[in-house]
Amino acid sequence: MPASPVLMQGNEAVAEGAIAAGARFFAGYPITPSTEIAETLSRRMPEVGGSFIQMEDEIASIAAVCGASLAGQKALTATSGPGFSLMQEMIGFAEMAQIPCVIVDVMRGGPSTGLPTEPSQGDVMQARWGTHGEHSVIALVPSSVYECYTLTVEAFNLAEQYRTPVIVLSDALIGHMREAVTLPEPGSLRIAERGTPDCAPEEYDTVVSDLDNILPRPPLGSPFRVHVTGLVYNRRSGAPETSDPEVASDLGRYLREKIYHHRDAIARVEEYEMKDAEVAIFAYGSVARSAKAVVKWARARGVPVGLVRPITLWPFPTLAVDRMAERVRTVIVPEMNLKQMSWEVQAALAGRARVVDFGRVDGKLITPAQIEELVKSEFYYQDWEKS
Amino acid sequence: MSALVDEQRLESPPEGDYALPRIKPHKTSEIVRWLRTPKTIWCPGCSNGTITRALIDAILGLELDPEKVVIVAGIGCSGRIAQYLEYSTVHTTHGRALAVATGVKVADPSLDVIVAMGDGDCSAIGGNHFIHAARRNIDVTALIFNNSIYGMTGGQMSPTTHTGDKSTTSVYGNVEAAFDLSELAHAAGATYVARGTAWAYRQLVDVIAGGIAHKGFAAVEAMTACPVYYGRFNLTADPAEFLRGQKKHAVPASKFEEGVSRLREQYPVGLLHHSERAEFVASLARLREQAQEAHHG
Repeated sequence: MPASPVLMQGNEAVAEGAIAAGARFFAGYPITPSTEIAETLSRRMPEVGGSFIQMEDEIASIAAVCGASLAGQKALTATSGPGFSLMQEMIGFAEMAQIPCVIVDVMRGGPSTGLPTEPSQGDVMQARWGTHGEHSVIALVPSSVYECYTLTVEAFNLAEQYRTPVIVLSDALIGHMREAVTLPEPGSLRIAERGTPDCAPEEYDTVVSDLDNILPRPPLGSPFRVHVTGLVYNRRSGAPETSDPEVASDLGRYLREKIYHHRDAIARVEEYEMKDAEVAIFAYGSVARSAKAVVKWARARGVPVGLVRPITLWPFPTLAVDRMAERVRTVIVPEMNLKQMSWEVQAALAGRARVVDFGRVDGKLITPAQIEELVKSEFYYQDWEKS
Repeated sequence: MSALVDEQRLESPPEGDYALPRIKPHKTSEIVRWLRTPKTIWCPGCSNGTITRALIDAILGLELDPEKVVIVAGIGCSGRIAQYLEYSTVHTTHGRALAVATGVKVADPSLDVIVAMGDGDCSAIGGNHFIHAARRNIDVTALIFNNSIYGMTGGQMSPTTHTGDKSTTSVYGNVEAAFDLSELAHAAGATYVARGTAWAYRQLVDVIAGGIAHKGFAAVEAMTACPVYYGRFNLTADPAEFLRGQKKHAVPASKFEEGVSRLREQYPVGLLHHSERAEFVASLARLREQAQEAHHG
């Protein structure tokens, strides 16, 4: 029987996606506009044999998620800006200790308490650089309820594959929006499972991950008796080693390259009407919905505008920017922050095309009409009244 | 370490319905099997080695499956225990060990989860996690190394530094009041609370073992000697004299007179509190059964 469409909220779709991905542990703390994820999972986790814990704060939430993942379970937490700020410490621990886990940040206006119920894209740089020290990160940005589901599954897959925390950057609009979605058939999605090392416990210290073969870590409470640490450690033995510059450099570069080496494989982008585009709109998340409407509107009038929508925001999709740079003269970057990604686009373009940025931080959506105005001024020679 | 083993016999067993395990200390050759390295970063005269040994003694004495033992530690002098012990070990961040341990225990209830924390780790930066782990009554054992100071960073005052005490951040004497960590644990809902000292080795082993054997949140406060910082600033820089001071200050819980205490002069040791109450992981399992029955049935 084919699946029938259901009316679902973005936050609910995240929760169901997590369960479909095999997550059986959620720890979180209530915060608008992410709370429905916790509420849904408080009901669903026990039903599927999993665990839901409401922790004392967001620091504890991500800490418990790290613990559960180390014990072998797929685990996630969900929060919004203020909680995401608190989580940075343990996100860094997960980066350093290479703990697969998923953090969903339903972005709201900030800084601080900011605009608790209004959407924002103000956390995109925090997602990249929020925790201290050199590290790499994967962040996915859904722009529909359906993607809240599929990208949560994808987040778990990437977390397992690259042994790293993965951030899902939703926002108050996507999280609270309801859409009719036809969820993928169970079994139709790829689900990455955690493996175990293919060696005897006494040989474990002699096997070491390389960039193309990232080995799984055995769970706590196994004959491998692993040591997990936030200190700089020797990648071979796992033992902390803080006075050898070579060991520190090896680990630091590995943690970065582990993601960057694979960035073209990880980076997913939707390119819409880009074949003959002279002007591109580079938009992500909820703003991409307005941007797509504008592309349709422009194309209906014969105006060559296209959309580049990063689905993977980090690692930054530089290949897509390269493709874009080959044909367009201008890239319009509308975002619900003040130039956070536009700087990144500008850097990647390196002068090959002009960047026009447009930001809003008033908690209101960027409307198609606002993007239309920017498109119109790029095609000032077009008689817009007639077309 | 070994000299201390026989030096001090356990005081009279605590009263009440819960009998502490009586562990016969193991030979050094049996103990070192569970150490990854003979080297530590701990200062000469520090008691952390004694407590580490007591923990191994307790694990051996209870005949736990070593593959199921997980040590989760925080940051500070005590946190280093994780890298020294030959079990599954996690050296987490400052204050967060109990929150990580909560995830570990819930994800795999078959594990024996023991959390090593310092006094600042436990009650300053990790204070919130400490009281909530106690409130949940999750079946993990918190072993708190209380040296009344931040040792790793060079001797700053902590929440267990007594009023008037000197440290590198209380050079005129501490104006704050100290936490009694055992009372704090009890008030927050811990169902097993015990205190031991580095001086009374066998008692220390037994109170640790009692905590591990207890089903529920166990707080074991191990009073450690820090002659290099706390002692040098306040009591004595001589490790032996520091330990003799513990002998003087520690009073068996059964003989302890209410109101006389205050950690600086006199404190009760042994089993301080024991009660039974629904344990968190078991409650989650019951909840799961009910939810699944409602969902599928």
